[in-house]
Amino acid sequence: MSAATRTVAPKQAPKRGRPKQNREAIFLFLPALLPVLLLSVYPLIRGIALGFTDARAGLNVDTNFIGFGNFGKLLHNDLFWSSFKIGLIWTLAVTILQFVAALGLALLLNTNLRFRGVARTLALIPWAMPPVVVAIMWRLLLHPTNGPVNEILQNLHLTDHPINFLGDFSTALPAVIVVGIWVGMPMTTVTLLAGLQSIDRSLYEAAAVDGASAWSQFWNITLPQLKTVIVAITSLDMIWNFNSFGLVYVLTAGGPGGKTMLPMLFAYNEAFRYGNFGMAAAMGDVMVVIIIVFLGFYLRNRLRSEA
Amino acid sequence: MRTRPAARAAQYVAVICYLIFLGFPLLWLISSSLKSPQEFASITPSILPKHPNLSNFTDALEEQGLVRSMWNSLQISVASTVLVLVVSLPVAYALARFRSRLRPLTNGWILVSQVFPVILIVIPLFMILRPLHLTNTIPGVVIVYMVWSMPFALWMLQGYVAAVPRELEEAASVDGASRLRTIVSIVMPLLRPGLIATAMFTFISAWNEFFFALVLLQDPELKTLPLVLARFVGAEGQVQFGPLAAASVLATVPSLVFFAFLQRRLTSGLLSGAVKG
Repeated sequence: MSAATRTVAPKQAPKRGRPKQNREAIFLFLPALLPVLLLSVYPLIRGIALGFTDARAGLNVDTNFIGFGNFGKLLHNDLFWSSFKIGLIWTLAVTILQFVAALGLALLLNTNLRFRGVARTLALIPWAMPPVVVAIMWRLLLHPTNGPVNEILQNLHLTDHPINFLGDFSTALPAVIVVGIWVGMPMTTVTLLAGLQSIDRSLYEAAAVDGASAWSQFWNITLPQLKTVIVAITSLDMIWNFNSFGLVYVLTAGGPGGKTMLPMLFAYNEAFRYGNFGMAAAMGDVMVVIIIVFLGFYLRNRLRSEA
Repeated sequence: MRTRPAARAAQYVAVICYLIFLGFPLLWLISSSLKSPQEFASITPSILPKHPNLSNFTDALEEQGLVRSMWNSLQISVASTVLVLVVSLPVAYALARFRSRLRPLTNGWILVSQVFPVILIVIPLFMILRPLHLTNTIPGVVIVYMVWSMPFALWMLQGYVAAVPRELEEAASVDGASRLRTIVSIVMPLLRPGLIATAMFTFISAWNEFFFALVLLQDPELKTLPLVLARFVGAEGQVQFGPLAAASVLATVPSLVFFAFLQRRLTSGLLSGAVKG
């Protein structure tokens, strides 16, 4: 490697070092460049383009450019629209509730309570578990005849008959949302906790001297100080939730009757069950546009109100 | 800060609620894995198993497909982790140390790879890998995982490299060490915790991954652990809850090891005091 022979540290020769550095940097980038270009950048571009074709699964099928044909069909596809509605409800519900729950937990973990260590460990475990295992676990928990949740509800006389949470039209989506919150809380909690710990203590001391209540300290110090962290983690949560697949696929496979058919599940079925690659890619394109518009809107509003 | 007793009590109630919400599902899974079939049949399920035994685990491990899928998952995860580290470390070093035009490009790519739904990538990937006869093979999945977990690995490693004080490298070069020498004997040892954390993270993402495996692997001989577990779902009646719970617990073990490690190791300030101001 050419890097080996050079002894001058970059800082010491800033002007002459620049072009050399670039060459050196490119060498270091090389081994990563090929796989990334071939298997990430190129597929992505091709994937976006596929949305404008009638590509189908199968080895020797002709593919034609059909412009906005797929999008026109999507516009009149009621199932697709309802899947998008479900996707939006799921994304917003999980992201918002997750954030509220995680903020509460982070605030508690930031105090000097007992059980903090246990709570912190427990809060992180869901993050490391395979989504498939999480789904299996919740299927056991919510099972209509053998699940403890039904048992507890019946003992408390909140319901007189077992509820099939994941199989009932009215409870499937809320049940899936609860699991989504459970899974996503760790990342959000840890991020918010890190944000909380970096807030300058003296701000609170000054506020306490001025006689500010805990509530007003929360509104006037904690939230404004956390703003960037909150915007960052909720944006990421929104993207992850909107694009999530495995958890719901194993929990309900989109059922019952499509009540939990997230856009990703819908697109997956379209591509790999019915073989309509072009159509599925067009759905992916629509998802990207929605995410970008949504994020753009959210970030612009947030960042503007900060100024 | 002093807290009033009522507020303190409320805080404890809240902590306990969180503990139940977060911990009860795990407790139930573990307890289910230790229960006997008779106990599952009982009308009033108890939280803790009355006669804990490991027969569910032995049953699960006797299932041929499960053991094979664990082996597949292990091979895939180890191979992709090694590849990711070998390929990302030089890039992370370059990103952290040089101001290059590739830097904003790489960061942009990391961001884009988070935003775009995988469906857009997986279809063309499938179409690229198929003529190369790499779909339905372990190497194919390894390559895909490598590319897929690289953005996050880069992100992590870049942070760890940046945390190694530049002064140490400069001091070494003043002492006449070559750059390679500096990297090998100064930077690498200090990066070890970061490298281990990144390796474990990559391993766990591969071990847990579901979507790409679902699309790329059809051969039952090659299926990974999450795929095999997911196949049991919906057939709980026949498969029995116990072995399914036991297999799920086994599938979580690597993540828990990772976890125990992270908590212990990464909190220590390895570099504090390395640079005296």
